[in-house]
Amino acid sequence: MSSATGQKPVDEALAREFGLTAEEYGNVLSIMGRAPSLTELGIFSVMWSEHCSYKSSRVWLRTLPTTAPWVIHGPGENAGVVDIGQGLAAIFKMESHNHPSFIEPYQGAATGVGGILRDVFTMGARPVANLNALRFGSPENPQTRRIVDGVVRGIGGYGNCVGVPTVGGEINFHPAYDGNPLVNAMTVGIARQDRIFLSAAAGIGNPVVYVGSKTGRDGIHGATMSSSEFDEDALAKRPTVQVGDPFVEKLLIEACLELMATDAIVAIQDMGAAGLTSSSVEMAGKGGVGIDLDLDAVPQRERGMTAYEMMLSESQERMLIVVHPDRTELARAIFEKWELDFAIIGHLTDTGHIVVRHQGRVEADIPLDPLADQAPLYRRPTAPSPAPAPLGPITDPVGIEQALVRLIGCPDLASRAWVWNQYDSTVGGQTVKRPGAADAAIVKVEGTSLGLALTTDCTPRYCRADARQGGAQAVAEAWRNIVATGARPLAVTDNLNFGSPEKPEVMGQFVAAIEGMGEACRALDFPVVSGNVSLYNETRAPDGSSVSILPTPAIGGLGVLDDVNRAIGLAMPAEGTLVLVGATRGELGQSLWLREIHGREDGAPPTIDLAAERRNGDFVRQQIEAGRVLACHDVSDGGILVALAEMAMVGEAGCILSAPQSGMRPEAFWFGEDQSRYVVAVRDAEAFTLAASSAGVETRVLGQVGGDGLTLPSGATISKARMKAVNSAFFPALMDD
Amino acid sequence: MKAGIVVFPGTNRERDMAIALRVVTGREPVMIWHAETDLPDLDLVVLPGGFSYGDYLRCGAMAAHAPIMAPIRRFAEAGGHILGVCNGFQILTEAGLLPGALLRNGALRFLSQDCHLRVERSDTPFTRRWNAGDVFRAPLAHGDGNYIADDATIRDLEDSGRIAFRYARPDGRVDEGDRQTNPNGSVKAIAGVLSANLRICGMMPHPEDLVDPLMGGEDGKPLFEGLVEALVR
Repeated sequence: MSSATGQKPVDEALAREFGLTAEEYGNVLSIMGRAPSLTELGIFSVMWSEHCSYKSSRVWLRTLPTTAPWVIHGPGENAGVVDIGQGLAAIFKMESHNHPSFIEPYQGAATGVGGILRDVFTMGARPVANLNALRFGSPENPQTRRIVDGVVRGIGGYGNCVGVPTVGGEINFHPAYDGNPLVNAMTVGIARQDRIFLSAAAGIGNPVVYVGSKTGRDGIHGATMSSSEFDEDALAKRPTVQVGDPFVEKLLIEACLELMATDAIVAIQDMGAAGLTSSSVEMAGKGGVGIDLDLDAVPQRERGMTAYEMMLSESQERMLIVVHPDRTELARAIFEKWELDFAIIGHLTDTGHIVVRHQGRVEADIPLDPLADQAPLYRRPTAPSPAPAPLGPITDPVGIEQALVRLIGCPDLASRAWVWNQYDSTVGGQTVKRPGAADAAIVKVEGTSLGLALTTDCTPRYCRADARQGGAQAVAEAWRNIVATGARPLAVTDNLNFGSPEKPEVMGQFVAAIEGMGEACRALDFPVVSGNVSLYNETRAPDGSSVSILPTPAIGGLGVLDDVNRAIGLAMPAEGTLVLVGATRGELGQSLWLREIHGREDGAPPTIDLAAERRNGDFVRQQIEAGRVLACHDVSDGGILVALAEMAMVGEAGCILSAPQSGMRPEAFWFGEDQSRYVVAVRDAEAFTLAASSAGVETRVLGQVGGDGLTLPSGATISKARMKAVNSAFFPALMDD
Repeated sequence: MKAGIVVFPGTNRERDMAIALRVVTGREPVMIWHAETDLPDLDLVVLPGGFSYGDYLRCGAMAAHAPIMAPIRRFAEAGGHILGVCNGFQILTEAGLLPGALLRNGALRFLSQDCHLRVERSDTPFTRRWNAGDVFRAPLAHGDGNYIADDATIRDLEDSGRIAFRYARPDGRVDEGDRQTNPNGSVKAIAGVLSANLRICGMMPHPEDLVDPLMGGEDGKPLFEGLVEALVR
């Protein structure tokens, strides 16, 4: 792109090629008072891309609740920061790397992990856990296997090497992701509350330091690529995908944390999307200062790079730091010890401009205020989605036993062990509940009694049927998964993956999902402290039409346990009584049972009563805190019977079930996906149910722990061995392993 | 027992190892930077897990030539005790301090799971808290743990009792050809080996990650307790 565009005139046609509209280019001209240089046009185009400017989503994101007494920094910083007690903070965020992961699955996913790690340690936190939320196309699609293989290897390849345990995540398969998988990566770190680093630059004259890897030509215009739909030539865009080096990232983490233990840093930010451009513009802009950059000083991997290429490169593992001038040599020594590049590439000014010099020429000179303030902001047209028709009467063609076996073997419920077993989940020595052991992963905070409960959740098929309900459900499920371990839910990060915002029906889904999320966040005191929006997740169908993904507002939830020893898992204990918490109406609309047994994806998704959600969850958590619960599992995909099967498969025993609720078809009771429910194993069921009723919480005894499998009320037993065999077959078969 | 943990660029399980050593010794181990050319006064040198130099060449090949390896060789020649875990084991084989090599896992994928190890002999500083034939659980997490050596070396290791641990079923049965039992495909299901003087031990799984009931058990603790018993002065 470089040499070719270098010769083209900078005009509206080139601006369009860079993703700017005619109107946006008109604004550039009026801000500059002249035609921009190529480098200037590049800076405007990436800063005003959907990816960096959130131009279609900003007006709606502002409606989300972002505050609580325990929130230290909400959206606007590199990651969200919450108070977890004992003077410590959890710093976390989730971010997408969807487009690169389709083009080049290994590097796309790997650099997704690398990018989100930097967002967290740039604030002063040691990363302690990674999670992810993945969506792949249909297992029958021949591309799916290649993408699953590359994404899983990429996540593992990066996370394992940097030595941050990957402790949780979720995976769905659906044909709507065939040409546009979703790779959402989340990192959680721990910092002292009095050692949190922000990105606002300060101190006229202070040096601007570049550290990390050298700059190459990779990833140029990655942010722009992520802000448009894929076409048939998607795979030709490989050069826009960055290449990750987790070894350098590991060194960068250690070097930055070592520097952060000193008083050298004024401000620090990673070079993520739009690289040197966005980091320098944002740091200077936030601090209300100007910045001069001398690109001759930038460590370069290749010869002959132009200013345009350096400013737009998305080479990985780089950070920009404003340091106190008298600490420059101290900082240099630390980075030299870690054998990383360290270069003073500029200084802060009082001009309010970013000025970029290269080989004796001024390549860019842009006023920062209008670059930020006059960034495009769109309230795009929305169209409501039609309300789903309620599910009519439905029969059970296969019976309970057969249905259960089919469900636990289906792609969305099959064991993920094949995936988890490629991620190092124990490095760091603090992983209390590994993947699959509890509804949320539990990671101890080293040197304290605290534990973090971490989860990622979303049910895209609910969101497609009713984006508002689906948005609320995603938040509620994350909250529930944290509660089910005994932890206190604190806050979420969101990763909003949608189709093209230029389609009114997609914008309608987006707005409705945010409304639902906001309602749930408010009702559950579970604010959004960081997040990321990924739009234009569309693929071209063979007939030329553009197909949107299912609306997928993935939620990353974080909770805290004051005493991590109190965390509980979902494994069936050796003995006890199984009690269902929460009311059951037998909602089969959009259920996995309906999809897997009837091949239908219709009906309304389960309703959420947020007051009941709160009541049930608060009750369950209090009972866990009081030590009255042996195991707990939320009821979600597949309903009660799937939840029980999951508990039995990892547990010491099976269970013997009583008759289902009367006045309801058995399949509706066992496989309905009614929300706000938990299955708990307790020693004293009488005391538990009594306490529940005085708390206004509905419960129902499901049966007794015992036997070696699931013994249905009919007397039929599905053995644990059979369940495990069915449950573990899908991934190895798909991947031919 | 005075223990030191060697940190190479890319080492990432030094903190886990420090926790385990702290649990059994009650004192802080020394961290030793790869660029050092001398060792402090130590009873035990530990090469922990990770991806030294990114493992972009053969795993451990670069680290085997780091400046710190010269004093480590001298320490070994003087009869010092060395434990190498995972990448540390790879480094010890690359440095020639232990025989054999570690190839890419048989399934060609990174593996992170619990395995069971059978203790092959109990009369070493690393295994004295167990009886021969005991089985313990340990997490493994590696892409290249597939132990191999030529037939003569394997014969020699077996004849001289220098196999410390083998991958086994929970009941102690070894089945080299079974991927569940011997997950990375190691020859003779070898998970850990000893030097001729029984003072250097290399192993792929991570006993240091299982020294606390909260993290799932204390199966790995006897290894460190045994070292304390053997090496305390």
